[in-house]
Amino acid sequence: MKLSRKEKEALVDPLFNNNPIALQVLGICSALAVTTNMATALVMSMAVVFVTAGSSTVVSFLRNNIPPNIRIIVQLSVIASFVILTDQILKAYLFDISKQLSVFVGLIITNCIVMGRAEAYAMQNGPWLSFLDGVGNALGYTLILVAVGFFRELFGAGSLFGFVILRPVTAGGWYEPNGLMLLAPSAFFLIGVIIWVLRVWKPEQVENS
Amino acid sequence: MQYSMKYIFGFAAAVCFVCSILISTANVALRERQEVNKLLDKQKSVLQAAWLVQPGEKVDRARVEEIFQNIRPRVLDVTTGQLLDAAGEDEFDESKAPEMPAPDNNAGIRTMPEKVQIYEVMEDGRVTMLVLPIVGKGLWSTMKGFLALDADGRTIRGLTYYEQAETPGLGGEVDNPRWKALWPGRLAYDDAGKPAIQVIKGPAGTPEEAPYEVDGLSGATLTSRGVTNMLQFWLGENGYAPFLKSFGKSGRA
Repeated sequence: MKLSRKEKEALVDPLFNNNPIALQVLGICSALAVTTNMATALVMSMAVVFVTAGSSTVVSFLRNNIPPNIRIIVQLSVIASFVILTDQILKAYLFDISKQLSVFVGLIITNCIVMGRAEAYAMQNGPWLSFLDGVGNALGYTLILVAVGFFRELFGAGSLFGFVILRPVTAGGWYEPNGLMLLAPSAFFLIGVIIWVLRVWKPEQVENS
Repeated sequence: MQYSMKYIFGFAAAVCFVCSILISTANVALRERQEVNKLLDKQKSVLQAAWLVQPGEKVDRARVEEIFQNIRPRVLDVTTGQLLDAAGEDEFDESKAPEMPAPDNNAGIRTMPEKVQIYEVMEDGRVTMLVLPIVGKGLWSTMKGFLALDADGRTIRGLTYYEQAETPGLGGEVDNPRWKALWPGRLAYDDAGKPAIQVIKGPAGTPEEAPYEVDGLSGATLTSRGVTNMLQFWLGENGYAPFLKSFGKSGRA
């Protein structure tokens, strides 16, 4: 399948050039909460991919029929339905992880990325483009979450996806886990570092002071 | 483009209708699976508390059901310390059990259920172990778990928390299998029958050296204290002590 330039832009731009977390600084709340380990970060990301792609597509289909004065609430209803659906599916098929994600799946409703894409992109563009844009933005979110989750789980618990890499002292090994990594503030530091690296690589993202 | 009032209301109603159909369908279709998961999750905690599965062991549904053939869920009336008749046990729903205000305690328990689900681990028709639910405040969170007692009503066989949100790496170590492994063999009651088990500061030694004490969680004094307080409460007169006494006399062990 060959994508046109515009389609490619919608899909790939949000990864590095216009990353929702690193450049637009949206969706930080869940990025702090669900990144203590890789498994939850990945499942959360997949949930956001599903919700953003689905809601952007549906909103785009409806875009010419939505009365402007109730458009936000219509977008929210669509998004909320997708979120509840995701939550139900996770509870049925990935119970352990959904238990760890607890309220944060439900809180995807309030994730600014989802709503932001619906309002800023899907209301102006066709369903296929909106779908790609939704997937792209959610993958941008995924990228940051997985990167943060990688460092937090590796240095906070000495494992990746639950497999022990650095055997911690509490399990009879040598590695003294970094407790800070397991707490929410560490995600702030990591996201800060990621933004820094990204802006050194792409200086055009630096805001003029 | 100007939309009429009628169109706006109609559109809103249509969106709501479609969304609600979608969600109710998903809810109904997936409910059964979700209930199974919930039950399975609880049963796994029971098995962990009783050390019927080893930490790290892969426990699937078939394995849980196999072990649960020898485990009998019972309903205990906490106020009287009596087990209810077998009838109606299948319908017992803990979340719907009536709550009563808890007597004064330092475990942060304000209300407690009048009836709880307990589990009897059976072997050849005799009870070998009792798994009792416990709940109480840690540092941040309400911690829920199971305490497994030997049929003598005194020796601890294990302790597991299935729900807690203590500081990861510190209080969260109540989940650490190495810490949980310190519990089996300790004694819940002293010779006079008073609840004696407590989590102390620092290492406690083997169950023979320190039958009533368990190593504290380093850096988690308040979580450790929460564990002590809730055990003292649930093992006390307002908790399971009356039941354990009558159980000891029943000769079912």
